[in-house]
Amino acid sequence: MHPAYSVIIFTTFSGAGFGLMAVLGFEAAFGEIARHWLIGLLGLGLAAALAIAGLLSSTFHLGHPERAWRAFTQWRSSWLSREGVLAVATFIPAAILGLTWIVTARPGVIITLTGIVTALLALATVYTTGMIYQSLPTIRAWHRTIVAPIYILLALMSGVVIAHALLLTLAQGDRAMGTAAIMLLVASAIAKLTYWHQIDNAAPLATPGTATGLGQFGTIRTLEHPHTMANYVMREMGYSIGRKHAAKLRQIAVIAAFALPALLIALSLTGNGLAALAASWGAVITMMAGLFVERWLFFAEAEHVVMNYYGAKSA
Amino acid sequence: MTTLPTTTQKKLGLVIDLDTCVGCQACATSCKEWNTTGYSAPLSDENPYGADPHGAWLNRVHSFDIGEGDTSRTVHFPRSCLHCETPACVTVCPTGASYKRAEDGIVLVNPDTCIGCKLCSWACAYGAREYDHTDGVMKKCTLCVDRIYNDHIPQEDRIPACVRACPTGARHFGDLGDSTSDVSKLVAERGGYDLMPEMGYKPTNKYLPPRPKRDGTTAPKTVAKTEHISDPKSSIERLFAFADKVLTR
Ligand code: SF4
Ligand code: SF4
Repeated sequence: MHPAYSVIIFTTFSGAGFGLMAVLGFEAAFGEIARHWLIGLLGLGLAAALAIAGLLSSTFHLGHPERAWRAFTQWRSSWLSREGVLAVATFIPAAILGLTWIVTARPGVIITLTGIVTALLALATVYTTGMIYQSLPTIRAWHRTIVAPIYILLALMSGVVIAHALLLTLAQGDRAMGTAAIMLLVASAIAKLTYWHQIDNAAPLATPGTATGLGQFGTIRTLEHPHTMANYVMREMGYSIGRKHAAKLRQIAVIAAFALPALLIALSLTGNGLAALAASWGAVITMMAGLFVERWLFFAEAEHVVMNYYGAKSA
Repeated sequence: MTTLPTTTQKKLGLVIDLDTCVGCQACATSCKEWNTTGYSAPLSDENPYGADPHGAWLNRVHSFDIGEGDTSRTVHFPRSCLHCETPACVTVCPTGASYKRAEDGIVLVNPDTCIGCKLCSWACAYGAREYDHTDGVMKKCTLCVDRIYNDHIPQEDRIPACVRACPTGARHFGDLGDSTSDVSKLVAERGGYDLMPEMGYKPTNKYLPPRPKRDGTTAPKTVAKTEHISDPKSSIERLFAFADKVLTR
């Protein structure tokens, strides 16, 4: 599949934004951070900014962005529509949480309730993002039960890594957040490696034989394409990346998105002062860069069954 | 509404005969011609006279080479929307622009509400949806919904443009939900089949397989045996023998 930058930014940014919202929601409800109004302001502010930047980016590739509101109507059948509805809905409890947090700076019923609801809605939103891809029966690398859970895991991971840096910055750093970040980074790396192992060994969904129904007559070769230059289908669905490149990019993704951030966070936990701060934000930056590569691969490595009509051996 | 109708009164669709299709592209060009002026906005082309032209077409004709040696064959393969009964292209649409009609099963895109998110084209297994960069909306085969019910054109034209254009009669249009219709009978008779049934989309359109090839080993020899005048006696016979030799050379 063609890896469009708007969609890569959409999924990584909104994942990180809603992940951070979920982490802050849970922490406000069950932890001590609700005593610090600045965490509420900057934390939820950053989360909202990331989520909104991601959602806006997703409208860039639309043919008619001015009609985007229509996408809220078909939640009965469409995961993309559900994603839109939940994304907007999450901002309601998040806004109440943020206001109460900033004004009262004290744990209480409202903060506990809105914290939990914000966190659950934020995670549900990320789940629907994953389901947009997982629900497509035409793409072998996406139509697997591991896809949406990985979206949730990576969002939580991004959220905790950013929250750790933020708490350190506001001199509220705690060991638990850093440890949680390292654990989530390791878990995500394992999940991603499992995913790659799965897609490398997955049986093709269809072959040129079943796509044309002519497999009984022998091997099918293309004599002539229907068009001299690539059409929309080939440009959008026909993007394919060589195995060698994919292997290298997977290594880069693992190092940048998971290994380096874990190392930097461990450093930030042992050190103190400016060095610890630099390490924690360094973790955020390499993680986001690594997630871009990971997401680029998520699209570039995905083969679409329609390519069975365009010379693929299978897909 | 992007939820699918549970049943449709009719299952209008095409039956495509891969035995008689000669790959002339008449269906594809007449489809483009009709649909660039008909329902929805024009089917636009990008950079039509440049080095890398492309544009939205609703019907594409592939040519495949199948099998090896003596038994190999060329099959021309038209590909367009199959108006599936349970397609994901409709249910994934976030706006309701993509829908399947309960009355006849035709799958359409409403050009006034489509936001051009392209998700339906990812969900189609058959590459039947092409995005129109100029209009910013998705385009697909309409089964010529603006011809088949059109009282303003002669009766014989009230069929899809591709069916009307096909010079070999390789395309047939009708109600595949009615087992007594001509198309249903044709499918039963010729063993019509679904493309990629493993996708579970239940295509309405059916394809008729190429007929078995004639066996080349038992075909009559085309070179006829020649007879010669064997033993010329008289001079007239010698003359005939000479003429025979010269003429058969
Ligand atoms: S062929 Fe593709 S566009 Fe047409 S109904 Fe089936 S899935 Fe949808
Ligand atoms: S491109 Fe248009 S028809 Fe297709 S899913 Fe998006 S809004 Fe629906």
